[in-house]
Amino acid sequence: MFTTLIFIILAGAAIGCAVSLVAQKNPLYCAISLIGVFLSFSGLYVLLAAPFIAAVQVIVYAGAIMVLVVFVIMLLNVEEEARRPLRLRYLIPVAILAAAALAGEAGMIVYFVRSSRDAAASTVGLTARIGEGLFTKYLLPFEITSVLILMAIIGALTLARRTGTLSVTDAQRPRADRER
Amino acid sequence: MRDALTFQISDLEISKSKAMDWNNPLLQTGLTVVAILVAFNVVLIIVAYTVLAERRVLAFIQGRLGPNRVGYGGLLQPFADLLKFILKEDIVPDKSTRFVYFLAPVIAITCALMPMVVYPFGPTLNLPFEIFGTKTLPLYITRLDVGLLYILGVTSVGVYGIALAGWASNSKYSLMGGLRSSAQMISYELALGLALVGVVLQAGSLDLVTIVEKQSGWYGMGWNIFWLQPIGFIVYLISAIAETNRVPFDLPEAETELVAGFHTEYSALKFALFFMAEYVNMFTVSMLATTLFLGGWNMPFAAELFGRGTIGFTIYSVLGFFIKVLFFLFLYIWLRGTLPRFRFDQLMNFGWKFLMPVAILNIILSATLAALGWI
Repeated sequence: MFTTLIFIILAGAAIGCAVSLVAQKNPLYCAISLIGVFLSFSGLYVLLAAPFIAAVQVIVYAGAIMVLVVFVIMLLNVEEEARRPLRLRYLIPVAILAAAALAGEAGMIVYFVRSSRDAAASTVGLTARIGEGLFTKYLLPFEITSVLILMAIIGALTLARRTGTLSVTDAQRPRADRER
Repeated sequence: MRDALTFQISDLEISKSKAMDWNNPLLQTGLTVVAILVAFNVVLIIVAYTVLAERRVLAFIQGRLGPNRVGYGGLLQPFADLLKFILKEDIVPDKSTRFVYFLAPVIAITCALMPMVVYPFGPTLNLPFEIFGTKTLPLYITRLDVGLLYILGVTSVGVYGIALAGWASNSKYSLMGGLRSSAQMISYELALGLALVGVVLQAGSLDLVTIVEKQSGWYGMGWNIFWLQPIGFIVYLISAIAETNRVPFDLPEAETELVAGFHTEYSALKFALFFMAEYVNMFTVSMLATTLFLGGWNMPFAAELFGRGTIGFTIYSVLGFFIKVLFFLFLYIWLRGTLPRFRFDQLMNFGWKFLMPVAILNIILSATLAALGWI
């Protein structure tokens, strides 16, 4: 009974935040809505007896990625945009198609997935099981992902270094020299 | 649901009790809520007296007296302060973003208080009567499989409180404070998280209760700080001070440059919430340092003096836990009275180019020792 109640609250919050994410005009409100979606999701993961995934969801998405997004919005001080006319005419039919596909997927899950396994009894989401899986069965994908992330870090470093030195030398030159 | 959250209550074996149905989910939920409320209030009262202690100790360091008029030796000063905060006029800046402006202090205090529920503050107590079908009472509110990650996650969400407060106030000082603090907290979160990996490797668990129990060796002195984790402890301590925006890392509210930083435009109770959040955060990181590095409630010769599970053992251990936490709180005040502030580039260089590599080195050391089977 409690489980159902909490599920309804969390799922409602997730859907509400998702709708708000699309509907808001102010980019910062959109970002806050997205954080709300992530937090609701992490609550749902806890309900599914996957506390590790829930914690990682909060740490990685809500705590790291979205902080950067909010940081950038604050730094650039993006103003509320006036509603632009739709530039892509085929956007609406594509949206309808995507919505139909989503509804189809949901229907398929409801129709085919009948085994109501007891989520609380499974140990799939526990830390030890995830660690085992990562370092035995899914070792190769895990290693490939880590190399991918390393590439991203090096790429970011290269980009940052190039623009960094340029702007510093530019600022260090005397004013008269720059105006010439 | 109960299994998912692994409430301590449901962890215990529940036998059929004739006097009372301890298995009733409503009763269990109610008791958990009461336990959480009691914990929050105890924490807030300790925090209120930390503020008083800070003012008195700082005054002592600087050769002044400090607040000593309200109550005996100033003991009622926190309540006078609170009353003042409640009664002051609540000023909201005209051009602020209303919703976010109100949301920010709520996020700050919520995220500061939430980690309190997973700390084990004492050992399991043997009771003379039956409760929840057993005769033992573990001294923590809830036990999570991922207790440590839960704390890190909640703390990382706490950044929003400060960042959004800075943005929503629509003031340049606030914005500068908010930006500085986001940058600082993101940077030091990494060193802080990496410093904890050594402890996790050593304990083989993310569960705080297990981590504390693993430190009971050596007559209650098998603390991680003595056994292989001194580097991790130092890195953790430094990044924790930066993470809570305290001197010498208090750039987000550097009063000589930014008036008061992110909470410049906040007044009355909203300011009080930020103030409380800062001190609750200090308390949280102190408790985490105690739990992970100073053996939690493990005290020297506790089991030999009293025997496990007795009342004396429990009181000794709980007292020991709080003395260690208070030591860290005193350390914070001591540092504030002693050290000057970092410059921002020094802060970033120190975090990224010194603390991070040291923390990674610590992980490599711990992992090597674990692979050799020394841990």
